[in-house]
Amino acid sequence: MNLIIVIAVVVLIALLVGGIYNQLVRRRNEVDNAWSQIDVQLKRRLDLIPNLVETVKGYAAHEKTALEAVIAARNSAMSTGSSPHEQAAADNAVSSALRQLFALSEAYPDLKANQGFVSLQEELSNTESRIAYARQFYGDAVETYNTAIQKFPAVFVASMFKFSEREFFAAEEAARTVPEVKF
Amino acid sequence: MNDLIAANKRRTFFLLFGFVVITLLVGVAVGSLVGNGTTGTLIALVIAAAMAFSSYWKSDKIALAVSRAHPADEQEYRRLHNLVEGLCIAGGLPKPKVYIIQDDAPNAFATGRNPKNAAIAVTTGLLQVMNRVELEGVVAHELSHIKNYDILVSTLAVTLVGTIAIVTDLTLRMMWWNGGRVARSGDRNDRNNPLALIGLVLLLLAPILAKIMQASVSRRRETLADVSAVRMTRYPPGLISALEKLQADNTVTHSASMATAHLWIEQPMSGVKDAGRLGMWHKLFNTHPPLAERIALLREM
Repeated sequence: MNLIIVIAVVVLIALLVGGIYNQLVRRRNEVDNAWSQIDVQLKRRLDLIPNLVETVKGYAAHEKTALEAVIAARNSAMSTGSSPHEQAAADNAVSSALRQLFALSEAYPDLKANQGFVSLQEELSNTESRIAYARQFYGDAVETYNTAIQKFPAVFVASMFKFSEREFFAAEEAARTVPEVKF
Repeated sequence: MNDLIAANKRRTFFLLFGFVVITLLVGVAVGSLVGNGTTGTLIALVIAAAMAFSSYWKSDKIALAVSRAHPADEQEYRRLHNLVEGLCIAGGLPKPKVYIIQDDAPNAFATGRNPKNAAIAVTTGLLQVMNRVELEGVVAHELSHIKNYDILVSTLAVTLVGTIAIVTDLTLRMMWWNGGRVARSGDRNDRNNPLALIGLVLLLLAPILAKIMQASVSRRRETLADVSAVRMTRYPPGLISALEKLQADNTVTHSASMATAHLWIEQPMSGVKDAGRLGMWHKLFNTHPPLAERIALLREM
């Protein structure tokens, strides 16, 4: 009789641990998936840049510094490390280089009228908002996962199987402060 | 959030179970009233089962067809497509098919059986009336329905409520039409069959019961979808002002029918809005909580 009870308790605990383990694995995969979603969008943006540079060159070849800045930022983003922090820094560099290039293009009416340039610009701004959305999803996934591995009793399973916390995205400083507009 | 979705799936199960029980009882009632007890019951059950099964695969197409929705052109509705794609990324959902309904009343709905086979439809009126953040709120609300698996149960409800209505209606009519020609166990001179009376009452009540169930489940889902929509857009004012615009607008959505009423973001029939003498009944049958209540809830976030 006692043996049966002991076996029952052991089986119950094993089932519980197994269930929690599976759930944690699912959450962790969700985080990984969310992370690769950001990568997809970032890569899409980097793929658009060579076309953009070519188009701008056709109208404003002498804006060398701005063009080179964009290319340099792109190259460093292509070869950057994969931690959320490094990736965010490289990506911010690309964003600001692009912003400068677009600001310059204001001075070239022919360029602004170019259909290819207009659609590239649209595509880029769309991709940018998608990156933001993908980051939001990643943040949500990380939050759910981190909470899951800190909760009782999952915290024991998490430490037993080495589920470690994931890193959040630190919002870019500039994005936090409201930009000043002067006329 | 995940707990809410799990609770929702449980509720979906109970709802379907309830529908099955009602259908079963209707089947028995049909059997005892129309005669040929078991055969009638079996036929009714087979019809119900076939309807339930086909509704699982086809109900989204039915709902879209009934509402005269057509696929949104990628170029013409670029803005809408982009917006849907962006929000899908934020919600971690595959992009649903996007449909347009030519209707001046601002409204929208989502349908399908799971996130992989889902569609959202918006009226041209909605696109005209709403600005970007408001449209984002509405689309996020619909995507939340998809994410929370509301679409499955509500789309199933379209066909299941319909089936129960048709089967009971058919039986009631059969009772009038073939009076005397076929020997029935529930005839007037056969008073020792109490089942017949119960059956009759049940047949009269079943469609009403089905509708109340549909409405009560639907109301909870609307609130939940509002909350998760705001989680998706991170911007409560967007959805709030969208709901306010819907509140101010009282055009009837012509593309909506009674059967699809609970699918839409706003109750499509205007008549049910006024608090008349049937107040309590309206509350029971309303597929949506009052917009004012929904707005107040979002303001608290």
